[in-house]
Amino acid sequence: MVKRIVVGAHYGLRDWLVQRITALIMALYTLLAVLVVLIKHPQGASAWRGLLQVPVVRIATFVFVLSLCWHAWVGIRDILMDYVKPVGWRLFGEVAVILVLLSEVLWAAEILWG
Amino acid sequence: MKFSIYRYNPEKDSKPYMQDYEVVLQSTDRMLLDAILRIKALDDSLSLRKSCREGVCGSDGMNINGRNGLACITPLAGLTEPVVLRPLPGLPVIRDLIVDMSQFFKQYQSVKPYLVTHSPAPQKERHQSPQDREELDGLYECILCACCSTACPSFWWNPDKFLGPAALLQAYRFIADTRDESTRERLDDLEDPYRLFRCHTIMSCAEVCPKGLNPTAAIGKIKAEMVKRMV
Repeated sequence: MVKRIVVGAHYGLRDWLVQRITALIMALYTLLAVLVVLIKHPQGASAWRGLLQVPVVRIATFVFVLSLCWHAWVGIRDILMDYVKPVGWRLFGEVAVILVLLSEVLWAAEILWG
Repeated sequence: MKFSIYRYNPEKDSKPYMQDYEVVLQSTDRMLLDAILRIKALDDSLSLRKSCREGVCGSDGMNINGRNGLACITPLAGLTEPVVLRPLPGLPVIRDLIVDMSQFFKQYQSVKPYLVTHSPAPQKERHQSPQDREELDGLYECILCACCSTACPSFWWNPDKFLGPAALLQAYRFIADTRDESTRERLDDLEDPYRLFRCHTIMSCAEVCPKGLNPTAAIGKIKAEMVKRMV
């Protein structure tokens, strides 16, 4: 195989934009979450459970977890791209990160709806 | 005045070392380059590039007390002693303060730093309004000294794939030029995860540019053009 620098995968802009939009979503959720906790003062497990029974809170929380994982995916892949140069190891690392993040999303869904 | 200068001659030295110099300056010595030339008169084995000695050619870019700059326009008065001089970081050292700029120029050439047109050439010249011309201010002044790109951590990590701030500034210079007719191809060429998007807005480039240019802002404008095209 020839040793050639190959570039030109077309996801640079998309991922950059995704990272910014998910950051906004997380900032907004954090702000709202702090407000809700300040206003509602949930005390004890049952109060928290009651709060998370509200459909809007559930969906917002799930969107937050999705944003967090997608944001983390772009960021961790950036680190892998900078530091892990052998293509095989990088692919292995990326797949591992996807699996961990995906299981965290499913886990969050189970906690919220289970 | 005291200096500590990076020395490396691959033909003689097994590894680089720092050499101390003490030099008596004359009243006419105002810039760092004047002092380096005094040192060179004492020790002619010291190698560096220089030419115009007034900040136009961009030859004497080097790392001065940890910060990239041009020796010829860096006033001696503001430097703390001993003045530590090293070659521009991140590029292979040929000898002493001279670095191999091939990678830097390869990235520069890859953005097609010239007008690309498809329409037939007009009788005289391609016109541009003064307002359109204004957009090129802060872009065309780049002298390709490489101070910005070699101050950029993203360029240190991926010099072969990431264009670096200097080349990206030039990329925007031609995207911004109303006479250029290949904006689409230019944006396509940059829309990959390495060439442009290794930039994480660290802003070292704008911080060190000896000409006071702002590559980070130009990169931001390229991103804005891409978003405009996408949504």
